[in-house]
Amino acid sequence: MFLNALLLQAGYNAALVSLGAGLLGFAAGCVGAFVNLRRRALVSDAMAHATLPGVGLAFLLMAAFGGEGRNLAGLLAGAALSAALGLLAVQRLTRTRLPEDTAIGAVLSTFYGAGIVILTVIQNLDVGRPAGLEGFLLGSTAGMLRGDALLIAGGGAVTLLLLAALARPLALAAFDPGHARMMGLSPRLLDMVLMLMTLAVVLLGLRVVGLILIVALLITPATAARYWSDRAPRVALIGGGIGALSGHVGAALSASLPDLPTGPVIVLLAFAAFLFSALFAPRRGLITRALNRRSLRRASRGTARGASRGAA
Amino acid sequence: MTDVTPLARSTTPAEFAAPEAVLTLTGMTVAYAAAPAIEDVTARFAKGAMTAIIGPNGAGKSTLLKATLGLLPTVSGKVEAFGLPLARALPRIAYVPQRASVDWDFPARVLDVVLMGLYRQTGALGRIGKAETARATECLSRVGMEAFADRQIGALSGGQQQRVFLARALAQGADLYLLDEPFAGVDAATESAIITVLKSLRDEGRSIIAVHHDLATVPAYFDRVLLLNRRLVAEGTVATTFRQALVAQTYGAALPGTIPA
Ligand SMILES: Nc1ncnc2c1ncn2[C@@H]1O[C@H](COP(=O)(O)OP(=O)(O)OP(=O)(O)O)[C@@H](O)[C@H]1O
Ligand SMILES: [Mg+2]
Repeated sequence: MFLNALLLQAGYNAALVSLGAGLLGFAAGCVGAFVNLRRRALVSDAMAHATLPGVGLAFLLMAAFGGEGRNLAGLLAGAALSAALGLLAVQRLTRTRLPEDTAIGAVLSTFYGAGIVILTVIQNLDVGRPAGLEGFLLGSTAGMLRGDALLIAGGGAVTLLLLAALARPLALAAFDPGHARMMGLSPRLLDMVLMLMTLAVVLLGLRVVGLILIVALLITPATAARYWSDRAPRVALIGGGIGALSGHVGAALSASLPDLPTGPVIVLLAFAAFLFSALFAPRRGLITRALNRRSLRRASRGTARGASRGAA
Repeated sequence: MTDVTPLARSTTPAEFAAPEAVLTLTGMTVAYAAAPAIEDVTARFAKGAMTAIIGPNGAGKSTLLKATLGLLPTVSGKVEAFGLPLARALPRIAYVPQRASVDWDFPARVLDVVLMGLYRQTGALGRIGKAETARATECLSRVGMEAFADRQIGALSGGQQQRVFLARALAQGADLYLLDEPFAGVDAATESAIITVLKSLRDEGRSIIAVHHDLATVPAYFDRVLLLNRRLVAEGTVATTFRQALVAQTYGAALPGTIPA
């Protein structure tokens, strides 16, 4: 069953879902590389948690107007609005003399708390078939529609195109904002575009990975990739590759084991890739470095012994 | 005006009474807090010359350069370069800060950093091919850093990092170079290599403005000096302006050494 899913033999819908998850992982890994470079991991996490009240309110709104309440595009629109609000709140709070991590913590927990309250209210109201909304927390590809998978794949592709077009200026501004301005670029504008792309990944990942863990899919593959290269474009691509693999394999795995939420599986796979990189990457890996040190020590002991023998 | 002869011109190009200006600052005031760091500075920098900006720590030299480039907000003041407003002149200006405020863990090799100087040519999508790489490598070799091209940028000594940023500025092919203490932390051999590079740029008609602390080397390295201590003290050729009285006035103390009276 798992092998079938992995090789896209488990039916058209399942194949679409795991391909969509793969593309989402690729976009997350690539965008995440730049999120890492700008050190925006925590802000992205706050943004992800801030989507929840938007999801709930959008559901209520759609249900109130007699809709199904579960239309993915509608839910994502709500999520986008409240995530943008959360981002604005972080920026406002940092402008008062609050440290950024405090502002992030406050916004993250407040929005998430509000979201949980709204979800609970929805469940008690028993309107608009709310089953599956909790899938937004940890991700669930079960019952995902073909349209949802296409939306995710399409959104991922658009985000990747935008990133490809802006990768060089983004890297320039992340490395040296002053020089970027000398080159006629606006680091502030580029920062905003990066946050927009991060928001896109967060939204596309809501259904598959869930809002609690999506930040891990952004950060972990890109962090693993950093062990393999000293060049920003390669780090982004390798991060994309790791993300794609985690997404695709994770979705297939969770499809073959009923009731297994998708997000944790995908994130654990990404973490495995990180662990492998941290241990075994050439030059930077812990084990590689330990081996290098040992052979260095041997060599110096060897020359020392040679020298003392020469003296005797 | 007596020395404006073809002969004088060929030996010391910056020796005119009123040289053509490459950069003009008018009434520039910059303040970080309440007290201004530089106040009402009006200055003209000569075209095709090497000008040293001299003044004690905290005189506002770095502030002057940053404000000139629009990297700091000014309280008042106007900047013109090449007879154009700053925004239009910026593509022809290169700048090396005193301390690069960059992310040293960044995944970029030395060569990649120098290639960033070519952004105006390559743009966001232009291919970085053999020609660009060759140009960047050439700039690295002019500062004696070609052997380090593949190193990660953080894995260098302070002086080596400074040289890489100079190479990035060279790659820009600018007509005006603003250098904030280009020789700080640089070894003697590299210093003389860099001064050779700067003089060859000057001889091509480009202009160099450098903050400089080593008063002993001013006459050997520079054509003109600008003395600054929050306010402009004086500006002129080394022969007329780099004088004991003026320098002492700038530093607020008489300085030991061999500055001509
Ligand atoms: N970011 C800042 N915030 C507040 N004050 C500053 C800042 N940067 C510089 N200053 C102050 O402005 C004044 C001018 O500083 P600046 O860096 O321009 O001096 P400088 O002439 O370049 O000195 P140095 O020779 O030490 O490099 C100093 O009094 C300094 O304390
Ligand atoms: Mg300074």
